[in-house]
Amino acid sequence: MTTAPDGVAIRTDRVSRHYQMGPALVRAVDDVTLDVRGGEFIALLGSSGSGKSTLLNLIAGLDRPTSGAILAHGQDLAQMSSQELAQHRSRTVGMVFQAFNLLPRMTLEENVELPLRLAEVDRGERQARVREAVQRVRLEARLTHHPTELSGGEQQRAALARALVNRPAILLADEPTGNLDSATGDAIMLLLREINESLGMTIVMVTHDRARAERFAHRILQMNDGKLVSDGVPS
Amino acid sequence: MKFRDLTELAGRNLREAILRNSLTTLGIAVGVASLVAMLSLGVGLQELADKRLSRSGLFDAIFVAPQSNLRGFGRPARQPAAKTAKSEDSRPLDEEARKEIERLVNVVEVYPEFRFPSDIRYAGNSYSTLVASVPASARSNGAFEGIKGAFFSAPAADEAILQIEFAKELSDQPDTLLGKEIVLRYVERQVSSAETGSTGAGAPPASDASAEAGLPAGIFPGLSIVPREKTLRIVGIVETEPTGGFGGFGRGRVLIPLQVAQSLRIAQANDLREMLRGASAKPSYATLTVRVKSPAQVQSVEAAIKQMGFAAFSLLDATRSLRVVFAVFDLLLGLFGSLALAVASLGIINTLVMAILERRREIGILKALGAADRDVRMLFFAEAGAMGLLGGIFGVTLGWLIGRALTFGANLYLRRQDLPPIDLSSVPWWMVAGAIAFSIAVSLAAGIFPASRAARLNPVEALRYE
Repeated sequence: MTTAPDGVAIRTDRVSRHYQMGPALVRAVDDVTLDVRGGEFIALLGSSGSGKSTLLNLIAGLDRPTSGAILAHGQDLAQMSSQELAQHRSRTVGMVFQAFNLLPRMTLEENVELPLRLAEVDRGERQARVREAVQRVRLEARLTHHPTELSGGEQQRAALARALVNRPAILLADEPTGNLDSATGDAIMLLLREINESLGMTIVMVTHDRARAERFAHRILQMNDGKLVSDGVPS
Repeated sequence: MKFRDLTELAGRNLREAILRNSLTTLGIAVGVASLVAMLSLGVGLQELADKRLSRSGLFDAIFVAPQSNLRGFGRPARQPAAKTAKSEDSRPLDEEARKEIERLVNVVEVYPEFRFPSDIRYAGNSYSTLVASVPASARSNGAFEGIKGAFFSAPAADEAILQIEFAKELSDQPDTLLGKEIVLRYVERQVSSAETGSTGAGAPPASDASAEAGLPAGIFPGLSIVPREKTLRIVGIVETEPTGGFGGFGRGRVLIPLQVAQSLRIAQANDLREMLRGASAKPSYATLTVRVKSPAQVQSVEAAIKQMGFAAFSLLDATRSLRVVFAVFDLLLGLFGSLALAVASLGIINTLVMAILERRREIGILKALGAADRDVRMLFFAEAGAMGLLGGIFGVTLGWLIGRALTFGANLYLRRQDLPPIDLSSVPWWMVAGAIAFSIAVSLAAGIFPASRAARLNPVEALRYE
């Protein structure tokens, strides 16, 4: 998928996501407006409960905003049907999570193939696509292994291959190094930067780790209490 | 998601929780088995009854008589005045009428019935009994199923089949009678010059001469009766007497081939009656038996015969009542069988609801990777359907085995009672297909609630689930 004519891959326009928790109204995301240009590597920083993961879920189409608009390549997610949102998750974005979220009873190959099944990609094309994605994360030797047989770093690389297999334009990463040691986390970050540079893929990454964010991201957004409090380039 | 991917994923999910899913499938199988066993018993009994009744020769037969012979019996409710004014005006059941009936659509054969009292001589003793004619087509009659010896070797063979009770009168060891000869003593109606026509051999002579002469009753020129004898070889002994034509059940204890009976030109009761009435110039029959292709055609043929001016009677109404009884019986059996399947469907709901709980996170992952609500719903449906299909197949097999076991047990009992074996249960193809389809339908219906619940899961909450 190409970016919008103005070069903006993601635009949020006064997006809010509020929850009613008993008598209290929780403003998880509150009136956030931002633009992410195609090919940018964005780091979304903030403390726990600041709303960064909620914003990521809204961009992923896993959740719907209470108000405002979210445009991904010009298409307003807030106006999409449930089926259209599923297509957005399948074809426009790829997601990696802190907990990897691989299906334990499937092999690495089957896990990576799963998005292709959901996107109804022809069987003949699938194997090549899986190989390509697995090669990119350098896990060719572990195709037949189950997630429990892989290290944390390998699991996250497998999750990354699964996110890339449908060749999305946007990669959304929610604390991708949160469960990894420092060296492994760096390796994953290097991989993300390589993907960003070689494929020109837009990356939005949620993280606690300011140092890593400054080292790898093009732009750093800071959230606090659901609001976007700063937007700047790494120092 | 494509169908093949859906079935592959569903199969994988079912294999993952194989014990629980197997137990659920077994529950469905037991439900289907009880349904199939009940229905197979109902259908088997119905087929058994149909077969027995069909082989009795009663339900594909119409018994025809002249209206004058059957006052108020099988007779149309209202008759034209000209026809009812005098019994003499009723149409004679002669050879011409027989051929006319034979030409009706769906009629297989039309034959007369001879039944007469006779004196049987065997081993120097004399025994009085009734002799009846049997057409060659009666070979398949149920009464001849357990025959000792054989049916008549030819339609015109000088042979006799004895009913067991009569055979016991002749000998303490009835089986030894096979191959022995008996002498049949009967009264032959002599053909005279006054008799017109010579249609069916054995048909009575007409008394047109006396009618024309205006002679008083009791004087029958053209009719004379002469005692005769006929030697017959005993070829078979039957347990039950074959059901007769209009003459009723248990028509004779000595059975002879129809063609032989015809050739004997036996004087029968209706000879005298016809002569007294002077109704016809031609010989006529007391009754005719009309056999049709199947019981379904009895009604139309019976109506056509009545329109021809004869009295006709069939046991069609009796079969109808029997079918209603069996339909209700099958319905009740089906309902009882379905109860077990209803209980099994609760097992499916329980299994799938449990699966949703266990696979909550997996559903969230699938949705994050692009699965639509419909995909998740279809996945759970496919799992429910697969359990229904497998349960249906196992259930039908189990139900069939239960039916065979019941048949085996029943036949063990029947063998001890020295009775012929029966097929107590029947599992026709429509039941196999129907039971499997029903099992799948019930399983899918049971899957609606869990599948919808899984599809509605919020992916963000599902991903957070530990």
